[in-house]
Amino acid sequence: METIEAIRDRILATFPGAEVTVVLNGSPSAQHSLRIGKAHALAIARWLRNDEALSLDQCSNVTGVDWPEREVTENKVKRIEPGCLEVVYHLYSISKRLGPVVIRMRTGNRTDDVTLPSLTPVWRACEFQEREVFDLFGVHFGGHPDLRRILMWDEFKDHPMRRDYVAPDDFDWEPTPHDDVLARAKENREKRTAAPAKEGGA
Amino acid sequence: MSDASQVTQSDRDEMRRNGILVTSIQEIYNWGRSHSVWPLQFGLACCAIEMIAASMAKYDIARFGSEVFRPSPRQADLLIVSGTVTKKMAPQVVRIWNLMPEPKFCIAMGACAISGGPFKQGYNVLKGIDRFLPVDLYIPGCPPRPEALLHGLIELQKRIGKEPMRTSRLSPAAGDSPAKTYVLPEFGEHDIVPPCNPAIWKAPELTGLDRT
Ligand code: SF4
Repeated sequence: METIEAIRDRILATFPGAEVTVVLNGSPSAQHSLRIGKAHALAIARWLRNDEALSLDQCSNVTGVDWPEREVTENKVKRIEPGCLEVVYHLYSISKRLGPVVIRMRTGNRTDDVTLPSLTPVWRACEFQEREVFDLFGVHFGGHPDLRRILMWDEFKDHPMRRDYVAPDDFDWEPTPHDDVLARAKENREKRTAAPAKEGGA
Repeated sequence: MSDASQVTQSDRDEMRRNGILVTSIQEIYNWGRSHSVWPLQFGLACCAIEMIAASMAKYDIARFGSEVFRPSPRQADLLIVSGTVTKKMAPQVVRIWNLMPEPKFCIAMGACAISGGPFKQGYNVLKGIDRFLPVDLYIPGCPPRPEALLHGLIELQKRIGKEPMRTSRLSPAAGDSPAKTYVLPEFGEHDIVPPCNPAIWKAPELTGLDRT
């Protein structure tokens, strides 16, 4: 398979002005990826599927990454790096036996600018997985044919895979509590013992 | 019938050896009842595979009269909660239980059904079906082997065998009316509402929380 840089150069040659960055992976797997701006994403995806040399006809996996806001220190200057949500697609070519080619897209932030183009029109296999990313991370996919929650119930408001998600507090019965769970079990017991006293007073 | 207990078990065994069978209506009634416990054909996760294995030839739950797995809750009197109860599934499990006619029994099979098991800290796993249903018997394991399920069933049969006929679960004396329904949790914005049925479940008091 051609290198990720070669793929990037061919994309840039076809779509001048598109945002395409190579994200290097330093681990032994060296599974580098391409970060694609959302403006051209759908066209680039279609091109990746139709290109003679690549023919990436199969999307095997769609997943999300939550990048919360964080503080970085550069040259002794502290600044807040804004957070965002990222979606990662793993593409293979069944006909050419190639892959994976990994592409990524990022949202503007984690609150209101969370819409990305859906790639379901290109790879039908994305449909359920994009719904899952929508359900668990809260990324909205514009152009998705049926964007509903898939794992959690429809009334649910949270996005459990976000790093700042707080799970419901039902740690009231812990036979072998430890670490965080021990702290929560203790908190819970205090709450339980405090509650009847309050009722008694009122 | 009422004085059957005055004949001791050793007397009976003695008579049985001599070809005389002494019994009581209640004994026959309970013998029949306990050997036709019909489980609901209902599985939730990996534990259900063991439940299925228990019903197949090698383990053969039919030997104990429970081979008739019913596909409708209206025809079943045993709910084997075999597997992970997700919060999304919990209302359905309670609904199924409510649909089953009395007298009925509930077995929590496996770590998941008992406490949430390996998924206990997950955001979408109910931490034990006993938060919503009156569990008669717990079978620990992940998964429990089919023999353990058979053992559980035999224990349940023993219990049914001891139930006095006049105060079976159907009679008000046992505190259960046939129409008793259990609280169905609803889907809330952050969790199911209520998160447990306070009428039947209360967090056990724990000791040892303060050890470091
Ligand atoms: S207790 Fe273990 S085997 Fe049973 S459903 Fe849970 S994870 Fe699966």
